[in-house]
Amino acid sequence: MVALTLTRKLAILADAAKYDASCASSGSEKRDSSKTGGIGSTEGSGICHSYAPDGRCISLLKLLLTNFCVYDCAYCINRSSSNVERARFSVDEVVRLTLDFYKRNYIEGLFLSSGIIRSPDYTMEQMVRVARTLRETHLFAGYIHLKVIPNAAPELLAEAGRWADRLSANIELPTDVALEQFAPEKRPAEIRTAMARLRGKLDETTEDKKPTKAKPEKFAPAGQSTQMIIGADKADDAAILTRAAGLYSGYRLKRVYYSAFSPIPDASSRLPLAPPPLMREHRLYQADWLIRFYGFDVPEIVAGGEGGHLDLAVDPKLAWALKHRASFPIDVNRADRELLLRVPGLGVSGVDRVISSRRHHRLTLADLARLTASIDKVRPFIAAADWTPGGLTDDLRLRQKLAPPPKQLELF
Amino acid sequence: MLSVRLERLNDLDEWRGKARRLLVAGMKPSQVVWRVGSEESGLFEAGDDMLPDTDGPIGSVPRQFIDLAGDVIQHSDPQRFALLYRLLWRLQDDSHILANAADSDNSLLTRMASGVHRDAHKMKAFVRFRTVLHEDEERYIAWFEPEHFTLEATAPFFTRRFAGMHWAIITPYASAFWDKENLRFGPGGNKKDIPAEGAVEDDWRTYYGAIFNPARLKVAMMKSEMPVKYWRNLPEADRIAPLIRNARQIEQDMIARATTQPPARHMRQKAREAVEEAQQIQSLADAAEAIEGCRRCPLYEQATQAVFGEGPKEAEVMFVGEQPGDQEDLAGRPFIGPAGQVFDEAIKNAGIDRRRLYVTNAVKHFKFIPRGKRRIHQKPNAGEIQACRFWLNLEREFVKPRIVVALGATAAQSLVGKAVSISGMRGKPIDLEDGSVLYITNHPSYLLRIPDPETRARERQKFEADLALIHAHIQRLEKS
Repeated sequence: MVALTLTRKLAILADAAKYDASCASSGSEKRDSSKTGGIGSTEGSGICHSYAPDGRCISLLKLLLTNFCVYDCAYCINRSSSNVERARFSVDEVVRLTLDFYKRNYIEGLFLSSGIIRSPDYTMEQMVRVARTLRETHLFAGYIHLKVIPNAAPELLAEAGRWADRLSANIELPTDVALEQFAPEKRPAEIRTAMARLRGKLDETTEDKKPTKAKPEKFAPAGQSTQMIIGADKADDAAILTRAAGLYSGYRLKRVYYSAFSPIPDASSRLPLAPPPLMREHRLYQADWLIRFYGFDVPEIVAGGEGGHLDLAVDPKLAWALKHRASFPIDVNRADRELLLRVPGLGVSGVDRVISSRRHHRLTLADLARLTASIDKVRPFIAAADWTPGGLTDDLRLRQKLAPPPKQLELF
Repeated sequence: MLSVRLERLNDLDEWRGKARRLLVAGMKPSQVVWRVGSEESGLFEAGDDMLPDTDGPIGSVPRQFIDLAGDVIQHSDPQRFALLYRLLWRLQDDSHILANAADSDNSLLTRMASGVHRDAHKMKAFVRFRTVLHEDEERYIAWFEPEHFTLEATAPFFTRRFAGMHWAIITPYASAFWDKENLRFGPGGNKKDIPAEGAVEDDWRTYYGAIFNPARLKVAMMKSEMPVKYWRNLPEADRIAPLIRNARQIEQDMIARATTQPPARHMRQKAREAVEEAQQIQSLADAAEAIEGCRRCPLYEQATQAVFGEGPKEAEVMFVGEQPGDQEDLAGRPFIGPAGQVFDEAIKNAGIDRRRLYVTNAVKHFKFIPRGKRRIHQKPNAGEIQACRFWLNLEREFVKPRIVVALGATAAQSLVGKAVSISGMRGKPIDLEDGSVLYITNHPSYLLRIPDPETRARERQKFEADLALIHAHIQRLEKS
């Protein structure tokens, strides 16, 4: 076999890594290199250094250490039965690429994953070594996200957490049955056990903050996340969101990423070969937000749609409101925060602005237009000093009025 | 009309000094024009040298205004100085303006500040360094065209991040230099002064092309986050057009291309293995392994893992609880959470040796509903208890305990086969079909949930009395 150039390996192993949606570089500890004289910093909020034409942010150098894999997961471009070109980076090659890119300000850091080679422990050990070399040899203070191989040894997970800002084990699919069908070597309980272990380590660093105790060893300050593939199996949105809510409550996840299943080169015939369900993915993210920041629970959100699926035409909060019109209008000058969060078109920061502004004077519709981004969406659901929606709230055509016009099918 | 002249484009202190003197002199916003640098004054404007030099008292200025002004002063709008002065003037009479997001001056300046934030953020994102070799050391230099005058305020970010590098950022209006120790600023420069870059920039382009998913084309989204005006200084931008052009074709090809068939033998093999696993439960260890694949009820879907029993294989006594809780679910071991601790203590008080017990649960998966960041325990229903009896029966079959203790109603229901009342059944040993004896008592978590201390103490006594009976029974067994 002819040795591949570094550039060729980069092309193969970035291509292989792009189906993992996570790219966050936020939420870690504050640190920089002014004391160490090395390079790198993380200052809380992440930075997207570029955007690809798929509209996705490029924040981290997202790579696989290798796309050789002993597993045969049907949805994965790197499954053992696929005929894609294979490559493998050495530890030093990944380190060098990361530093070269970081020093030119192309990236916030590294997101390293890998196919499983030899054994889970061997693979995890290689990934940990990349992170350790960056931190110890090169005094690298940028962001590192490491993928966790579920059944790797707990000591390796502990070491991964020492070097990495974030760790993630992917739940992959919304139901265990689907996972076993599509990923025969993966055990759902093993994946969740890995998450439970990570949560245990994360709890150790956040609890026990008594001054007498020694500072607990650092462990993944940006927490853990996971990814679920959407649309590869038959699970409905209710199943997806129920799974997500269970994961958030059980493992203190920072994020669940939803990744619309998209066609891959040399795909398995057991999977839908169709354009990815991008709108569905978008609605799931919106629903996820409602669960985490707006006090909605899963059955409420799902009730906004039909038959276990979210309404694709309007956002899930609007869909819920349209089916619960009796709860509206809400008086923006009097309603408490919890109720304001239920108003379509009012986001968390919009609600904050409403609450702080109304201390000084009664808000009019014009005030509200300045405080929110989409007054048209808000108007039918609120009352203000100079405004009541009257029959608008119960207007049978309200949904049509607020739903974006259907796009004409693209001709090509 | 008074013309106030500022030397620098974005120096808050300089503006503050002037604004202060204007306030002391009682100059209304409408009486002032602001000029910056060598910008010419109008014909009928008096110079600001006419202002009194004395630093008289002015009303208090909220901290929030200084923060806002620090951002707005960097804005490219020539009106920024006048707008700030107008707001400052109004703040003398009404100090609450800044809390009112609906105020028109406040909302305008807040928007300008956001524009500056955004521009500073884009600088952090889109500066692209190139390297030059200088006396064997790589030096990093970047050309950047900010929309506002944001270099001075943003440069410290780069010193924190690239402390160990020698770098310069050149913009049309100013430049910043870092020599690993000091940050200096100088005049603006030219794009053509920046060196060409070689291999690493090409690798970056390669990466950019490879990380793009052609099946998810969303050009408008990209343009809103990475506005076209920045493209001319981004090395990867020349890849955008060809990537978009070919995307649809690549997606269609991927969809149309006939796939290599998945190996059917693989599926058959897996199915066979599953059947074999289920048939080959011949020991407690087999059962503990097989339970990981249990699909007898839907609880496996949300729980982390099945929690099997624990204890000596030949234990004489088996305690059966309800189901694993949050902690047990995470760790995969029974009776380690808060209720487990109550249990351990009570067992110890009763003189029973914990190491000789086999402890397990009637239902092996944790049943809960998610509530934010917590999982709220749910009682298993009859169907779930019935489904899980399979595993409890296996445990009883392999361990062959002579005494079985049901802790709580769920365990009792599983062992007796129907719902029973604990108060009616406690203290009365029941003979089971396999020759063992069943005791029924409360679940220790029941004691944890009683709010009234007196009732709790009474219930605890009953619980301990039940355990004492069991202890006596154990001792009888040992003697016989």
